[in-house]
Amino acid sequence: MYLPATTGGWKKKLRRVTEKDCSPSGFLLVFGPLVFIGRKERMSHIQLGGIDYAIMAIYVAAILGIGWTLARYMKTSSDFLTSARSIPTWVTGLAFISANLGALELVGMAASGAKYGIATSHFYWVGAIPAMIFLAVFMMPFYYGSKARSVPEYLKMRFDERVRALNSVAFAVMTIFASGISMNALAKLLNQLLGWNYHMALWICSGVVLLYVLKGGLTSAIYTEVLQFFMIVLGFAPVVYLGLKDVGGWHAMNQSLQTVATNPAALNLKEGSTHYAANAWTSAWQPLLAGPQNNPMGVDWFAMVFGLGFVLSFGYWCTNFLVVQRAMAAKNMTAARNTPLVAAVPKMLFPFLVIVPGMIAVALTSMPDKDYRIPPPIVSQENYTKAVEVVKKANPSESAAAVTAVAEALGVKVSGEKVAALVADNAKTKLSDEKIQNGIYNSIAEYDYDGVILSLVKKYCPPGLLGLALTALLASFMSGMAGNVTAFNTVWTYDLYQAYFAKDKSDKHYFWAGKVTTVVGILLSIGAAYFAAMYNNAMDIIQLVFGFVNAPLFATFLLGMFWKRTTGTGAFLGLFGGIGGSAVFHALTTTSSNVDAAGHVINGMKGGYLAVVSQFPSEMAQNFWLAAFAFIACFVLTLGISLVTRRTKTDDELKGLVYSLTPKVVDHAQAWYARPAFLGCVLLVGCVILNIIFW
Amino acid sequence: MGLDIRWPIGIMFTVVGVLLALQGLLAGPDANKLSLGININFGWGCVLLAFGLLMVFFAWRGKQSAK
Repeated sequence: MYLPATTGGWKKKLRRVTEKDCSPSGFLLVFGPLVFIGRKERMSHIQLGGIDYAIMAIYVAAILGIGWTLARYMKTSSDFLTSARSIPTWVTGLAFISANLGALELVGMAASGAKYGIATSHFYWVGAIPAMIFLAVFMMPFYYGSKARSVPEYLKMRFDERVRALNSVAFAVMTIFASGISMNALAKLLNQLLGWNYHMALWICSGVVLLYVLKGGLTSAIYTEVLQFFMIVLGFAPVVYLGLKDVGGWHAMNQSLQTVATNPAALNLKEGSTHYAANAWTSAWQPLLAGPQNNPMGVDWFAMVFGLGFVLSFGYWCTNFLVVQRAMAAKNMTAARNTPLVAAVPKMLFPFLVIVPGMIAVALTSMPDKDYRIPPPIVSQENYTKAVEVVKKANPSESAAAVTAVAEALGVKVSGEKVAALVADNAKTKLSDEKIQNGIYNSIAEYDYDGVILSLVKKYCPPGLLGLALTALLASFMSGMAGNVTAFNTVWTYDLYQAYFAKDKSDKHYFWAGKVTTVVGILLSIGAAYFAAMYNNAMDIIQLVFGFVNAPLFATFLLGMFWKRTTGTGAFLGLFGGIGGSAVFHALTTTSSNVDAAGHVINGMKGGYLAVVSQFPSEMAQNFWLAAFAFIACFVLTLGISLVTRRTKTDDELKGLVYSLTPKVVDHAQAWYARPAFLGCVLLVGCVILNIIFW
Repeated sequence: MGLDIRWPIGIMFTVVGVLLALQGLLAGPDANKLSLGININFGWGCVLLAFGLLMVFFAWRGKQSAK
């Protein structure tokens, strides 16, 4: 998945939290006496009231109720694993978008909104909408029409067993890790924010997911995704409203951001003497067209349009079974094709819900009277106490030494000016420890951007609304796990278990295999969550490798669907070539900030560990160019190898799988305005208009 | 697939809406300090309630037309 680089920071933040302390007793209201806890308050904990717990309990009751009600309709493996292709469009459409709107995206997009401003919306308007329309109009007829039960199965029909095996194994492993990373993040968040016990939070949330997925299968996951969609929209909209009202409205926010853009170093948003044009945070395209040095993303327009807008975006939306599965569960071909189109409408508007909070946070930080700052990285109470002692003992005449000592005690950068002022204040009138600690908190000159969304929730939400917003977040974490587990289920049961381990068994056998896989999938996810908590570097490497695996994928699908001459060998070797190409590209390029004065690479994880052939202005630019390179490598290799290898499938066998050999889907039964092609055009026009408005 | 999803969505938001609106009504004015003096719980609770009832209505109408 192509979250901006902020997710790394999010993980780092969570990594620092190791406490396994305490929980407010109200938690017991929701989950019964399962949790035994001591009580130890920490400054950053949010106190929840009875009403907040009640809202969480109602949500949990609702999703369990859905699972139980659906259980009676689960009779065959198809009911359980593919929803027996029976779900109406608006439901699959909202689930389609919801499966993508994970909690990490919610957090990451607000963070990017703060770091890059409205240009973050390129991840939606460039990096999603066109691909979703393409999927609906051109690709869905093959997925749905071929009667394949999964994307890997389509690959088997189109190419051969090897391509399916490669894709399904990679996908199965990836979904487990994705689900584990998300659950680890959730458990740590609950631990850090509310003081709940990490292990209990992980096991109980996973247990709830297990219960409703085990009962209702894919339908359960899809239904709760729809519920989650409304929870997120209705849970976060009031926060955005209050935030905008507080900064004085849209226009006032933009004005503040324009001041910030001309000197971002003043707010510690950028280092040193970086200056941008006034519209760097408020225009989506102008700073991009002005070149990578002139926008906070450090990306050029070609990398954005080709790397993100074409390769990564089409690769994700058109081939990732997690989202495509939602459309494949639709009740008929039209419903399946309209699924991504229904999803595109909210997707187009999401920037206002998920990116604007980041922009509000920057505007608020620039207004001294608002008493708000983007949260600093998490520092343990122990380190704060050390820093407080330093300030108390410091001599105002030697403030430089005090600044260094405070920074050392905290382990983060601090503003020399603010620490010096604090030392001077304390020397004049003895401040309380709490006040000193507050002063130190405000002097930290680094940001934990991933904390933005929750800091706004904390700032504006009274008990009640707070419960709603936190439940929305909880919901998106849990449905993220459910989405991954159900996709894993289908791919494991049909593409691996049935294909290689237990062919020709009864449907009942696969039905039960699906149920067992659900339990195993959840247990593996929990294992992956612990793995993520313990071996962060290994997890970073795993994610990097998955980036390599995914980057070239769309080239294989594009050639496979639209060129009948593409052979299985061409696709298989082309994919390997693309994956290898990504790895080589990464080994030979890095970002300019990752090279020291002597020209040595600082961190090999950021590339360039073999040699530095090229340097990019930002990690995002490097990622986009890597994707572009991998795509081209895979495309050229698949094309070349296909031309020199023999076709193994006849035209007849490829009917329904390749564009030129498939009768066009006739939409005449529908009114012209309800046809996917027309709706797709309308959506594209809407997307262009949004781009022009925020040009 | 058997269950019309509009039922659980509608019922859940109706209940949550009522709870939020009640919280807004019963909590003192101090409760609105965070939300810029706006009684956001009451206002938003009413929005959720309306949304919930609308969903229940659609689900009910769907059931009627299915009959």
